[in-house]
Amino acid sequence: MPKHEGLVSWKKLLPGMYLDTPGNSREFKTGDWRAYRPVLDKEKCIKCGMCYIFCPDLCYTKDEEGYYQVDLYYCKGCGICAANCPKGAITMVLEEA
Amino acid sequence: MGKRIAKEVSIAIADAVAQCKVDVIAAYPITPQTHIVEHLAELVNNGELDAEYIPVESEHAAMSACIGASAAGARTFTSTAAQGLLLMYENLFIASALRLPIVMVIANRAVSAPISIWNDHSDVMSMRDAGWIHTFAENGQEAVDLIYHAYRVAEKTLLPVAVNIDGFTLSHVVEPVELMDQELVDKFVPPLKMKYKLDPKKPISIGAIGLPEIYTEAKKAQDEALKASYRTIMASWREFEKLTGRRYQPVETYQMEDAEVALMIMGSLAETAMNAINRLRKKGKKVGLLRFRLWRPFPHRDFIRAIGKVKALAVVDRAVSHCSTGGPVGIEVRSSLYQSNKRPKVVNFIAGLSGRDVTVDDFEEMLERTYEAISKRPKVPYEIYGVKE
Repeated sequence: MPKHEGLVSWKKLLPGMYLDTPGNSREFKTGDWRAYRPVLDKEKCIKCGMCYIFCPDLCYTKDEEGYYQVDLYYCKGCGICAANCPKGAITMVLEEA
Repeated sequence: MGKRIAKEVSIAIADAVAQCKVDVIAAYPITPQTHIVEHLAELVNNGELDAEYIPVESEHAAMSACIGASAAGARTFTSTAAQGLLLMYENLFIASALRLPIVMVIANRAVSAPISIWNDHSDVMSMRDAGWIHTFAENGQEAVDLIYHAYRVAEKTLLPVAVNIDGFTLSHVVEPVELMDQELVDKFVPPLKMKYKLDPKKPISIGAIGLPEIYTEAKKAQDEALKASYRTIMASWREFEKLTGRRYQPVETYQMEDAEVALMIMGSLAETAMNAINRLRKKGKKVGLLRFRLWRPFPHRDFIRAIGKVKALAVVDRAVSHCSTGGPVGIEVRSSLYQSNKRPKVVNFIAGLSGRDVTVDDFEEMLERTYEAISKRPKVPYEIYGVKE
C-alpha cells in the first residue's frame, strides 16, 4: 500500500472535480497547517481589536467580555496578530507535535 | 445526400461549424487559420448564424473565453495555429481538466524561430500531454467530417477536441467537399445539454484547488475519461458511416495486407505518400502506408493490428523533439511497439518542416532506406531528412 492515499476515490469525483456543494471552503480546516499558536494574555489586552483587523483569515471574533478570540480551526499561525498587538498581549507558542 | 461543391477547405470547415449551431466563437486571427474564423464572423454578421462572436485580444483570451462559455453550457468553437496555440498553452490544460467540450481547429503551422507561416506539426506536437482528443485530416472532406465528429465526441465525453488540418496544404486549397444535410447534422450533433454547468439556479464550483490529497485522484479520473473516450470516438465514426457512407478509423491503412515495409505519416502528406506506394508496388515491392487519424487517445491496439507483419517501419515526423529518442510520432510508435510482441525496425525521418515539399521521390527513397534497415540497424535514432549539408 502506498503511504499516502487520496481523500476520495477518483471514481467518486464529479467530472472536472466540480464541487456541487458551493461554499464548502468554510469546512476546510486550515488550522492544521499551524506551527505556532497565538495565545492571548488577558492582563495585557486592551480590547483594541488590532488582531481582528489584521488577521488575514478573519479568525478573530469578539466574545461576550469584549476580548477577541482566535478560531483555531482556521488559524494558520502566521503571527500577524502578535506582531501588530500594541500591548504585546499575544504570544506565539509552538504547537506540540 | 449533400451536394459535392468546390470550396476552400477553410470555408467548408467554417460552414460545418455553423451547421453544428455553435453558440460562442472566440478567436484571434492567425495565418493559416484566418479564413476559418473570418468566414464565421461573416456568417454571424450576416445573421446566418445565431452565435456570439468574441473578437478577443489574444489567443490566451480566446481559449479563456471558450472555457468560460463552455462552462456555462454553450457550444463553443475556436481555431488557431503555431504561436497562437502556444499563447493558449496554459488554458489548454485547464480546458481538458475541467472537462469542457470545446472544439478547436488547428491549422498546423511551424513554430518560430525562425519565423515561419508554413505547415508542419510542431505546434500541435507541443500539446501532446494537454489531455485533448486529437484527430488529423488528410483532405478537405475529412476536415469537414471531423468537425461534425468532434462536436459529437466532445459533448458525449466532456473532453475538448482538436481537429488538425495542415496549414495551406489544406486550409487554403479549393477541394470538392460535401457538407452533410442540415437534418443529418441536427441528428448527429443534437443540442448540447450539460449536466453540470455554471448556473446561478444550481450553483457549482469549477476550478477549485486540488491539494496533494486529491490532485492525483483528479488526474486519474481525467486519464480514465480520455481512455474511455475511445469507445465514443469509434461509435461516433460508425454512426457517421451509417449516415454518410464515409468510413473513418483511428489508424488508416493503404496497401497493408501483405506489406513488408510501411510508411507511417500523419496529415495531408499521406496523399503524396500513396503515390510513392503505388509506384513501388508496380516495381513489385510490398510496401504499405499507415496514418494516424486519431492521435489522442493514442490508438495502441489499432496501431499494432494495422502494422500486420511488417519488418520495418518508416515513421515520418513533421516536428522535431530536440535530442530526444525520435520525433514525437517516432517516440510514441517505438514505445507502443515495446508494449507488444512485434519488433519491426523503426526508421524515423523528420521531414517536411515549415512547408518544405516532400515529394513522391523522397518517400520512395525513405522506403528504400527502410528496406535496408531490415538487415542493418540504423545508426541514429532519428534523422532530419533532406537537410543540405
